[in-house]
Amino acid sequence: MTRGNPMPEGVSTQAAATDAAVASPVAARRGPASLRDLFFSFSWIALQGFGGVMAIVQRELVDKRQWLTAAEFLEDWSVAQVLPGPNVCNLAVLIGDRCFGARGALAAAAGLMLFPSVVVLALAAFLFPLLDVPMVQGMLRGMGAVSAGLIAGSALKLTSGLDGHPFRATGCVALTGLTLAGAAVLHVPLVWLLVGLGIPGTLLAWRMLWLQTRAERTAAGAL
Amino acid sequence: MTAADLGAFAWGDCLALFLHFLTLSLLAVGGAITTVPEMHRFLVLDKHWLLEGQFSASIALAQAAPGPNLLFVSVLAWNVGANAAAGAHAPAMAWLLPVACASVATIGILAPSTTLTLYAARWVHHNRTRLGVRGFKLAMGPIVIGLLLATAWTLGAAHGLPQDMPVLWALTAISALLVWKTRIHMLWLIAAGAALGAWGWL
Repeated sequence: MTRGNPMPEGVSTQAAATDAAVASPVAARRGPASLRDLFFSFSWIALQGFGGVMAIVQRELVDKRQWLTAAEFLEDWSVAQVLPGPNVCNLAVLIGDRCFGARGALAAAAGLMLFPSVVVLALAAFLFPLLDVPMVQGMLRGMGAVSAGLIAGSALKLTSGLDGHPFRATGCVALTGLTLAGAAVLHVPLVWLLVGLGIPGTLLAWRMLWLQTRAERTAAGAL
Repeated sequence: MTAADLGAFAWGDCLALFLHFLTLSLLAVGGAITTVPEMHRFLVLDKHWLLEGQFSASIALAQAAPGPNLLFVSVLAWNVGANAAAGAHAPAMAWLLPVACASVATIGILAPSTTLTLYAARWVHHNRTRLGVRGFKLAMGPIVIGLLLATAWTLGAAHGLPQDMPVLWALTAISALLVWKTRIHMLWLIAAGAALGAWGWL
C-alpha cells in the first residue's frame, strides 16, 4: 500500500467516509468557544452521565453542540477505546487537544473529573458509615446487581461493532470467551491476557487484512 | 471476611496504592472498568485493604453517581483510606487518609494513559489506514468485550454465584437485556435495583 496517497486501494469504506467528512467544509459545525467553554461543557456532560458518560457524550457533542460529525465521533471513540485508560477521559483529551492543544486536553479532562469526583466522594463519605444498616446493604446489593447488568448489557451492545469482522462470528465468540474465562474464572493477570491473546490476535488480523488487500489488488490488476 | 481481617495500611502504603494504579493505567485497554478483576485481586485478595462487600458497593456507588465510570477508582481508594483511618484514633485522619488515597489513586490511573493518549492519538489518526493499526483495532474488539463481561461477572459474583443467588442474578440478567435491547435510561434501572434491595426483596 502506498503511504501518502490519500486513498490507497484496500482502504475500508469507513475510512473513506471519514476522509470525506474531514475534507468537507468546517463551516457546518462549531467547536468550543474557549478553554472555559470546553471545561464547563465537559463538566455538564459528566454531571448528566448517571451510570456512565458514553451515551450522553455522543448526544451532547454530535447532536446538540455539533462539535463533531457522527463519523468523526465514531473514529475518535474507536481510538479512545483502543488506547489504554478510561475511554471517556481519552475522548476528552483527544477533542480538547485538537481544539486548544495540551491546555485544551487538560481543561476537558479536568472538566470531566472535577465536579463528579466531589459528588461521588461526598456520597461515599455519607453512605459508607451507614454500610451496616440492613436497608442500605440491601440497596447497594440491588444496585451492584444492576450495575453488573449495565456493564454486561453495554458489552453485548458493542458486539454490533464486530459486524464484518475478519475473524467471523465463530472466531470473535471464541476470542471473547477465552478472554472472559481467563479474566473471570482463571483470574489470569490482565497483562498476560493482553499479551497472550492481543498479540497473536493482532498478528492474525494483520495477516488477514494483508491477504485481503493483495487479493483486491490482484483482482483490480486483472480487470 | 469481617472488619477484623482487614490488612494493615500505613501512610507509606499510599505509595504502593499509587504505583498499583499507575501500572494499571496503561493496561486498562477498554476502560478502567476492565481492570476491576485485577484491582479486586490486589485490594481484596492480596492486601486485604477492602472487604468483599465494600469492593462491590464502591463500584455500585460510583456507577450510580453521575460522572465517568472511572470514579469508582476514587471511591475504592477512599474506602481503603477510610478503613485505615478507622484503625487510627486521630480525628483528622478520618478525612486526610481517604482524601490522600483517593487523590493518588485517581491521579495514578489517569496520568500515564492521558499522556499516552495525547501523543498516540495523533499518530493513530495519521496512520489509521495502515494494516497494522487496523489489525490491532480489529483484534482488540472481541477481547475488550470479553473483559467487560468478565467485569460484570466479577461484580455479580461478589454477592454469590448464580445458583446461590438466583433472584439477584435474574435482576442482573434483566438489566443487561434492557440495556442491550432498549434505550431506557440507566438511572431507572439503578433506582429499581436500589428500591428492590431496600425493601429486602433481594
